[in-house]
Amino acid sequence: MAQKPKLALYWAASCGGCEIAVVRLYAKILDVAEAFDIVLWPCIMDFKYKDVEVLPDKSIDVCLFNGAIRNSEQEHMAHLLREKSKVLVAYGTCAYMGGIPGLANVANRESIFELVYHDTPSTANDNGVRPQLSYQVPEGELTLPEFYDTVRTLAQVVPVEYFVPGCPPVREQTEAVLQAVMEGQLPAPGSVVGASDKTVCYDCTRIREDKRIRGFHRPYEIIPDSTHCLLEQGIICAGLATRGGCGAPCLSVNMPCRGCYGPPPNVFDQGGKLLSALASIIDTQDQDEIERIADTVPDLLGVCYLFGLPASMLRRVRQD
Amino acid sequence: MDRNGFEPLILGFACNWCTYAGADLAGTSRIQYPPNLRMIRVMCSGRVDPTFVLKAFARGVDGVLIGGCHPGDCHYMEGNYKARRRIHLLRKMLRDFGIEPERLRLEWVSASEGARFAQVVADFTKTLKELGPLKKDAKIAVSQQD
Repeated sequence: MAQKPKLALYWAASCGGCEIAVVRLYAKILDVAEAFDIVLWPCIMDFKYKDVEVLPDKSIDVCLFNGAIRNSEQEHMAHLLREKSKVLVAYGTCAYMGGIPGLANVANRESIFELVYHDTPSTANDNGVRPQLSYQVPEGELTLPEFYDTVRTLAQVVPVEYFVPGCPPVREQTEAVLQAVMEGQLPAPGSVVGASDKTVCYDCTRIREDKRIRGFHRPYEIIPDSTHCLLEQGIICAGLATRGGCGAPCLSVNMPCRGCYGPPPNVFDQGGKLLSALASIIDTQDQDEIERIADTVPDLLGVCYLFGLPASMLRRVRQD
Repeated sequence: MDRNGFEPLILGFACNWCTYAGADLAGTSRIQYPPNLRMIRVMCSGRVDPTFVLKAFARGVDGVLIGGCHPGDCHYMEGNYKARRRIHLLRKMLRDFGIEPERLRLEWVSASEGARFAQVVADFTKTLKELGPLKKDAKIAVSQQD
């Protein structure tokens, strides 16, 4: 019997939803286990890093890597898995574009530590204890990974063959990607797989008429009509600046698209495009009125780059 | 105050019908203005995608100047109004990014305003000299060892 191809899955800076997305293949997960020899999947099975370290280079056929890179352990694993894998896949939005953890690029290590280990009301830390890279105890030295100032995407750290967007990637797309891997039907390296080449609006079934608005609302502020375009009702929907393929599930439950599938093909900066679209539908030519309407968006950067700040053109907030 | 002879780099987008013609007039009239501006002609100020501006800042220009027709004069009826809305939102977002909104400027210059064009460039150059160089992406520290 021919040897089964080797599969690895790794979890870096992400919530774990991508792991669930793979498990959510339901019974098909058995086909995956049947087709592949799983060599690393810390979330589900007991593997140690040293098991991977002893593997020959390029011996893992496919590695699905989810999560952004924001500490030295994740960076080390990204390099290690790159070395050991033939095909490295940035699986999920965090690995692809930074995702929600990427929003930390509005801050830096110092301000995050200050908030987490001091400012939060539930924190009692009178001695000002902070994580240390190494600490001497009678038994020897204890070490922790180093926390970085800036969150990076996987491709900003190591070369990546494929990108599977989604927070998390929808089941049908994960299935299609694994199917393509099993059949050796992958497209040219560098491609985004498991998504379409159109925008979310193409998948969305809502009625679209005329987009002219005099103010933006947050989803909780109004009860939107469930049959018409949310943007026309003043709710910021990122669908028109976002790659489709997800089937627009958020829209089907009256929630706007937040942009987790990233920019459509040939768009370099998702937030810039969304901002451009929002500016276009503001229905006034008067400067004061433009300012009033713009002020109804409380966090423009957060809305435009909710899932892709590290992959955006400016990558992070400038610091002094 | 000038920071040690710092010369800002300005990227300009000028609309074909008004500002570019105004810049041309400044040239043919031999009006002197600072050489810090690199200009790109676009058909309309409404053609300037926010992505162009973000890319310019990502590549390290110190300021971006967008010139269009005066309100009511747009060759395409309302392209300059679109530019006005976009630039307002973009300035708001640049502030969130820690980039001073003053580094992005939208000005109306007509084809007959050569002197005004020169004045705008001189004034913007002065503003940018006072602000100093843009904080560069290259300085982003990833690790404590950087």
